[in-house]
Amino acid sequence: MVFSGSGGQGVVTAAIILAEAAVIVENLNAVQSQTYGAAARGGATRSDVIIAESVIHYPKVIQPNFLVCLTQPAYNTYYPIIRPGGLLLTDSRFVKTEDKVDARQIELPMYHSVMEQIGKPIVFNICMLGVTISLTRVVQPESILKVLEDRIPKGFLEMNQKALDVGIELGAGLKI
Amino acid sequence: MQRNVKFVQGNEACVEAAVYAGLNFYAGYPITPSSEIAELLSGRLPAIGGKFIQMEDEIASMCAIIGASLTGNKVMTATSGPGFSLMQESLGYAIMAEIPCVIVNVMRGGPSTGIPTHGSQGDINQARWGTHGDHSILAFTASNHQDIFEMTVTAFNMAETYRTPVILLFDEVVAHMRERLVIPETGELPLVDRLRTSVREGIDYHPYLPREDGRLPMSDFGGVHRFNVTGLYHDMWGFPSSEPRVVHELIRHLFDKLENRVNHLARYKEFFLEDAEYVLVSYGSAARSALHVVKERRLRGERLGLLELQTLWPFPKEMIREKCANAKAVIVVELNLGQVLQLVKMAVNNPERVFLANRIDGVFITPIDIMNILRLIQGKGV
Repeated sequence: MVFSGSGGQGVVTAAIILAEAAVIVENLNAVQSQTYGAAARGGATRSDVIIAESVIHYPKVIQPNFLVCLTQPAYNTYYPIIRPGGLLLTDSRFVKTEDKVDARQIELPMYHSVMEQIGKPIVFNICMLGVTISLTRVVQPESILKVLEDRIPKGFLEMNQKALDVGIELGAGLKI
Repeated sequence: MQRNVKFVQGNEACVEAAVYAGLNFYAGYPITPSSEIAELLSGRLPAIGGKFIQMEDEIASMCAIIGASLTGNKVMTATSGPGFSLMQESLGYAIMAEIPCVIVNVMRGGPSTGIPTHGSQGDINQARWGTHGDHSILAFTASNHQDIFEMTVTAFNMAETYRTPVILLFDEVVAHMRERLVIPETGELPLVDRLRTSVREGIDYHPYLPREDGRLPMSDFGGVHRFNVTGLYHDMWGFPSSEPRVVHELIRHLFDKLENRVNHLARYKEFFLEDAEYVLVSYGSAARSALHVVKERRLRGERLGLLELQTLWPFPKEMIREKCANAKAVIVVELNLGQVLQLVKMAVNNPERVFLANRIDGVFITPIDIMNILRLIQGKGV
């Protein structure tokens, strides 16, 4: 799968949390990588995650089964690479999708829901991660929670857990 | 959750291994794509009683680790192409004065500042020939995090065993990607400690007088013995000499101590070579794409094999000639214009049957890129 967006949105962090949950908690194999430029914020960011039961050699994703685009430039850049028939997740506030894409496109108000229910844009990426595991079932929500407990400072943990739940609920409302 | 399983970048695997191997002094100037090594060690080393110094540049970094090694520490610096260029002069000094040290070069696209955030394997020849004068050098690489760990520990061991700088040539792709790393238990991998002289205080110590087994015991500089260290040709006391016999013996010693042990120093992995008609030769990140191709084509009955090099210098040409002897064709997979290709051509019996599968545009070579070259060689078109 590929997570894409703008630098600072946390797409790389979300990818690391997902892949770490797969490796450390669920004992699967996973490889995570990212392409980035010299800018720390802004600029297009992309992170690739491969999760498999077998050993992963080639570490990049050529055709993602699951693609997330959190900005319009990321969508415009990456929608052509999705595997035909794959799942393409966008945020309805930031991305206007094209009809011609050969994929199941899912537009969800992730940013809106985070702002409404939590009020902090910083956990937008964790909400996206909640939707991701809800739609793909690639790892268990408990595994993500375990990684969050390890990585996130105590004071911010509850906010992240809530964002994950918001995402899971958004995804659960859909029939895939 | 297992305590010793980590999900980390290649750079962190290198840090874990260096600490495991006994690193206690690091001096460096952070540079993409090696910066995480400096960042992580700036926290780790002080916590275990070691020293971390951020230097003013790479020239000073290299000089600092040389000095620290002489005083008895296990030392390392990490950089990328531009910094590695600056280190070449004092790298030669460390070779000449026989000072154990480990230099990590996480390769990015060059020349000059090149393309910092993208991978390349363009510094293979620089590692061998970057510093002037006849000499030999040890250089290792790795394609995954477990191997980065093992080769980093090996680098520290070899540096101590042969009193030589050892270069670790990793690349951006493996250094920045994350995957599983299982940290070996203490004692699981053998460690080579500094060989110190048994000469007591008050007795003459000859810093460059070999023991019967050829090894040179060291005395911590600034400790109980006074001795000279120089980049000039020197005698067994470490004092400069232009005596033809001394000059000749030293250059032969510096060269032969590694070049006479090529097979012993060769680290490599082989996959499906027994009956391979087409042998891919690769190393570092590129070997991951090559192995992907080999495993996929094997499922379809194609007799492909992979020889993954982990020792790049001294170049293991006899081993390569043997492993490629029965191949219809050899395809070198690398991220440069053919630096190892030329070496493989010199090593094998039929150089006209050696081909290059490469990428030089900053994009990591895909299995499809390799397949396209392979089909052309097989006469099947693309």
